[in-house]
Amino acid sequence: MSVLIENARILDPVDGYDTIGSLCVQGSEILARGQAPDGFEPRRRIDASGLWLIPGLIDLAARLREPGQEHKATVASETLAAASGGITSLVVPPDTEPPIDSPAEVELINRRARQACGVRVYVLGALTHQLEGQQLAEMAALMNAGARGVSNANKPLASLLVLRRALEYATTFGLTIVLSAQDPALTGSGCMHEGAVSTRLGLAGIPEAAETAALGAILALVEQTGARVHVARLSTRRGAEMIAKARAEGLPVSADVAAHQLFLTEVDVAEYDPNCHVIPPLRVQRDRDGLRAAVARGEISAICSDHQPHEPDSKLGPFAGTEPGISALETLLPLTLRLVEDGLLSLHDALARVTTGPAEILGFAQGRLTPGARADFVLWDPATMQEVHREDWLSAGHNTPFFNWTFSGQVRETWVAGRPVWTRPSEDTA
Amino acid sequence: MTETLIAHPGARLPEPGPLPNRLQLTDDGQLRHMLTIEGLNRELLTEILDTAESFANMNEKAVKKVPLLRGKTIVNLFFEASTRTRTTFELAAKRLSADVLNVNINTSSAVKGESLLDTLRNIEAMNVDMFVVRHEESGTAHFIARHVAPGISVLNAGDGRHAHPTQALLDMFTIRRHKGDFTKLKVAIVGDILHSRVARSQIHALNILQTGEVRVVAPCSLLPANVDQLGVHVYNDLDAGLKDVDVIIMLRLQRERMEHAHLPSEHEYYQLFGLTSRRLQLAHPTCLVMHPGPANRGVEIESAVADGPHSVILEQVTYGISVRMAVMSMVMGAHQA
Repeated sequence: MSVLIENARILDPVDGYDTIGSLCVQGSEILARGQAPDGFEPRRRIDASGLWLIPGLIDLAARLREPGQEHKATVASETLAAASGGITSLVVPPDTEPPIDSPAEVELINRRARQACGVRVYVLGALTHQLEGQQLAEMAALMNAGARGVSNANKPLASLLVLRRALEYATTFGLTIVLSAQDPALTGSGCMHEGAVSTRLGLAGIPEAAETAALGAILALVEQTGARVHVARLSTRRGAEMIAKARAEGLPVSADVAAHQLFLTEVDVAEYDPNCHVIPPLRVQRDRDGLRAAVARGEISAICSDHQPHEPDSKLGPFAGTEPGISALETLLPLTLRLVEDGLLSLHDALARVTTGPAEILGFAQGRLTPGARADFVLWDPATMQEVHREDWLSAGHNTPFFNWTFSGQVRETWVAGRPVWTRPSEDTA
Repeated sequence: MTETLIAHPGARLPEPGPLPNRLQLTDDGQLRHMLTIEGLNRELLTEILDTAESFANMNEKAVKKVPLLRGKTIVNLFFEASTRTRTTFELAAKRLSADVLNVNINTSSAVKGESLLDTLRNIEAMNVDMFVVRHEESGTAHFIARHVAPGISVLNAGDGRHAHPTQALLDMFTIRRHKGDFTKLKVAIVGDILHSRVARSQIHALNILQTGEVRVVAPCSLLPANVDQLGVHVYNDLDAGLKDVDVIIMLRLQRERMEHAHLPSEHEYYQLFGLTSRRLQLAHPTCLVMHPGPANRGVEIESAVADGPHSVILEQVTYGISVRMAVMSMVMGAHQA
């Protein structure tokens, strides 16, 4: 089908494109950006006056809870939530139950995704067998089944030797290894940042060194092996500085940050708010500002949701006993654009952190609006204020600290492969 | 940040106000729950101590009972072992003529089956008026206070490393009985500050009562991060920390601190941080020696000191009853008001 979307403000971070014009969609691809080619006869015309047209977001970390934890969420529920948040591609970490450590789990998730709303779902394969950190997973088989990279999620590895061998083996196939920088012993039973607030609340803290010590080891092994490593979910200013330095020295490393880390700090834990229980933890303002600066400079090249939906019972208890994580698909784009309002970075740079940035990290072709690209895009209404409410929330997980936050703008429509996968109900847009 | 917990049907929502008091105080500033000392004002602490004083006088008489809480049911909900705290809470309740139910729950079995909230709901269904809660996880008393039905009070009898407010109050009561004015006092809290809910509550109470100087004395491995932000002077040397102090509060050292590499041995700890008769001489001649109990003799304190003329350790236990009576009667009063 051919579609012409007219009068939109087309924003493409891949080349800084910013023009009010038309986007021509032919089948599942973009035919032209700006002006329709002569003779283009669309079957459908859409007037997008007043709206922005941006590439669909690519989210590097979203737990869909399938297989194994369908009481929390499903591929169907979460891909729809993603679509409503402007996300058109998402990457599932391997810590499902069972973990994604064989082609069977990859195929299962792919099958569920095909039955869902149409958002593209990718997986990371396990780095080690059952994520146990001892024996390598069959990475080549996982890659051939479609895994976009390998990771041990937040699970520890038995030793630096296992990490070294895993990096070497993955490099054989050119696989990107996604690692979280968390020293398991220094993290211990910690449930929030170790600092003034953990001291006041009497909660076991996770020191900054849990991240920097692990990151130091990772960077040393990247230098040793030449492996292509992506460091997931930085939480400290010092960690961001270490990544910046390593990149400046030419090491093949990249990093991302969860959107909530750019807005919240340990102070938001307040009186044991379990919705602010996340791993790695919310840290101090100095860290938040350092992470923001690294995002602005592009040293952190991707912002992800780190979406972790939970059923209510998981968050119902004394803080340390609650499960960590935020349901975050629906706030990724609003929070990212809030950074522009805060004057941190340009609109194009902000969009790049959720489109071209993550695309580059895992080698995706989408995340752009250039002719020939996949027709994954979002129509964003910048003029309508949006207050985040439980009633409008689509994720099965209601665990977010962002309810009642107000954002300027909202997603109007989300398209994947040339067809709409989500449209805001009309009564909301009236 | 707004409350996003699923509230009990009909439960009051915490009022906006300075943390952490929107939960534990009523609109007109009365105690609804006793969760933490932090954030209470000097007037309220003084009122509690004054009320405890009147009960202390009564507790010394032959007939030790008043009908203030007659017909009320108080549940001691203990998820962690305790002798002193539970029994003094029980005695306090009985001297106020309340009915007392002791529920001791082994956490390991509780974790498997019933959730904390289920336990709470079941006991709540028996129409009780007050929960006295001890639990190994910090924030449990806050959690329960958020979820109990309106009209039920929650008293924190110790939550993880966070708070033990009635212990701190009975310590303040003991100090006030002996020393009167806090503003000229130097107080040293010695030992495992990192894991101590007692120390945290004492530090808040001492600062609210405008104590001249509050010191903590411990090796760096037993001090929590940014401890100075609680309003204390930090000493790593016991001799220096005890110099001229009017009150010494010793904390219990748990055996597992050695297993988790906080300390090399009890022996070395006692050498460096044990309170001995010799070290006591560094303090002010009328110095009080306190301990929340149970004391490890020969680990943090010498027997001669624990039983010596400066020690008020047993008085602390006695006053614990009066202070808990004061808190119980005040929270019930706030609900009836």
